[in-house]
Amino acid sequence: MNSIDSSIIKDKGQLYGLVVLRVLIGWHFLYEGVSKLINPYWSSAAYLLDSKWIFSGLAKTIVSNPTLLGISDYVNMWGLTLVGVSLLLGIFSRYTTLIGMGFVLLYYFFAPPLLGLEYGRPGEGSYLIVNKNLIEACALWVLYSFPTSHIIGLDRFFNQSESN
Amino acid sequence: MSDKSNQPAENNMDRRDLLKGLATVPVFGLFLVNLWRKIRRDTLMKSNLLSDLVQEKSAPAVISGLSDSRHLNIGIIGYGGRGSHLVRGAGFATKGWTDTVAENARKNKLDKGFATFMSQEDLNCSLVGVCDLFDVRANQAIDASQNETRPGGKPQGAATRYRHYTDLLADDKIDAVIVATPDHWHSRITIAAAKAGKHVYCEKGLTRTFDEAVNVYDTVKETGITFQLGHQNRQVEANEKAKQIIKQGLLGPINLVEIATNRNSPWGAWVWGIHPEGNAKTIDWDTFQEPSPNKIPFGEEALKRFFRWRMWFDYGTGLSGDLLSHDFDAINQMMDIGIPKYASSTGGIYFYKDGRDVPDVWNATFEYPDKDLTLLYSATLSSNSPRGNKIMGHDATMQMGGQSGGGSVHGFIVTADSESTQYKDRLESGVINPKYPIYTYSPGSKQIDGVTSATSRYFANKGLLYTYREGKRVDPTHLHIKDWLDSIRNGSQPRCNIEVAFHEAVACHMATESYFQGRRIEWDPVNRKLV
Repeated sequence: MNSIDSSIIKDKGQLYGLVVLRVLIGWHFLYEGVSKLINPYWSSAAYLLDSKWIFSGLAKTIVSNPTLLGISDYVNMWGLTLVGVSLLLGIFSRYTTLIGMGFVLLYYFFAPPLLGLEYGRPGEGSYLIVNKNLIEACALWVLYSFPTSHIIGLDRFFNQSESN
Repeated sequence: MSDKSNQPAENNMDRRDLLKGLATVPVFGLFLVNLWRKIRRDTLMKSNLLSDLVQEKSAPAVISGLSDSRHLNIGIIGYGGRGSHLVRGAGFATKGWTDTVAENARKNKLDKGFATFMSQEDLNCSLVGVCDLFDVRANQAIDASQNETRPGGKPQGAATRYRHYTDLLADDKIDAVIVATPDHWHSRITIAAAKAGKHVYCEKGLTRTFDEAVNVYDTVKETGITFQLGHQNRQVEANEKAKQIIKQGLLGPINLVEIATNRNSPWGAWVWGIHPEGNAKTIDWDTFQEPSPNKIPFGEEALKRFFRWRMWFDYGTGLSGDLLSHDFDAINQMMDIGIPKYASSTGGIYFYKDGRDVPDVWNATFEYPDKDLTLLYSATLSSNSPRGNKIMGHDATMQMGGQSGGGSVHGFIVTADSESTQYKDRLESGVINPKYPIYTYSPGSKQIDGVTSATSRYFANKGLLYTYREGKRVDPTHLHIKDWLDSIRNGSQPRCNIEVAFHEAVACHMATESYFQGRRIEWDPVNRKLV
């Protein structure tokens, strides 16, 4: 963490805003993961089958191979859950903001709302190029650049020696 | 924000640090509490919607082990589009077909056609006899009989071609025949086969006329052969599930059932391709038209009739035998409705003015006064609007994909009626919302119900989960052939036996007769006559 000077966060308003953002994104990730873990019939197949644009070929490969699909399901369920816990509690958050960014960027690129791409699944909003996945990815980028878990979060305990 | 800079180094775990370090832990606790509440609520909803209402039965039967008890020799009479599919269901496909689907699978990893065929159970049978009036197709059937790319490996030998079905039936080696000719040949071949002691799998519709249906029924009963009619929907697990739900009274009293056909393409309207090699030398036209009421000399018109036979009443019954028959049989499978008391129908040739004499828009009603039920069939060949099939009860409606909508393999939904008596309390308390299904059945995703997400329901209804996720995909046609062969071996009745085949045939012929005569047709069950 010492490569970044956390003094770039100038006041408490900024700090609390960033912590709230981290906790909310953590909550979202955690429930996305847990809801998949507790549903024995959940599969990433449905999302992948509807994939368009540059990753649609990869999506087909994953869906058509039970082993790859199994890995994809496992990585999604546990990945989202662990990133969620990490952001919520503020533990190892510096790394998991990057991992979380990777997840949502993948979701974005597997099914981007580009002109001319039609999706079968029902959407819950109106999007043109920018959607909530892209915004969440950027929010995680902000959290990576302005880390808070060493101030408010369990990382504070691991960080004592470095801070001093 | 280096707020720790003022603190003494030796006092780095003071109260302030502890509070800040654990500041978001209560939020995690809040999450867990709400997660627990959500799970409890969903469980309660599910118990109200499923366990309470639908008594879940054991899973539908899966494919058993190898049918190794007795090797059966089968013959195919009529190796056209449907005949070749049936023979594939028995485990024999042409080299051209296996090469094409294997190539398709290489190009598109989601194309499971080849894998589905190769994972079929080896039915322990041989294709030994072939009869087709078109040389090209007869040769294709012989090719299929010796293609080594098949479930179960190398076949025992090549099939023999017979010019006439009577010669094939005279072959003592042959135990059973698949009849996939146009409908006007069904009764003659089935009766002759039964009399020759051969078991018969006959494509639907059972016969071209009512009298033929009675004769086929009597002959099958007299000879005691194992007869299966080609309604593979009898193997579809969704239909069996629907039957259980209806039997449990989940829909309440049912007074109206609506079934529909919607197609909107020349192929769907039977304007099929005329084979470039079809000519007077390669087609035995005189034999083809032997049982038909009207005869024409071989020529361009005859070629059309040979390859597009469903367009004329001389060879079939149009929408009645081709498409009504499937959906009627599916409803009969679920509700045991049997033969109606009355049938009436109207329609016309409103879109395809191409010389056909069967209607392209056709509506039929079937009355069951003793069951307080009307069955309504409505068909058009010029609109794809997906109507599906609806079983409308006082308490709930079951909606399923119809034959023309891709088949009921995609499952069904049951939605409560807002004025239901049975669910009155649950509707009032909000446990049941008539806007959402109280039961959704999709093969391969049994858990999909009124609680799971809209996205899951959407994909389940599309059949995607069934096709790509759970277990292996199985072709109902294969299961239907297997059911027939298993029944031959153990002397049981197959699922679409002559009794239910007769229901389908009489109901369809009543509606066809009504169209011809312009009046309501009544079934006289004592004298077995249409009056």
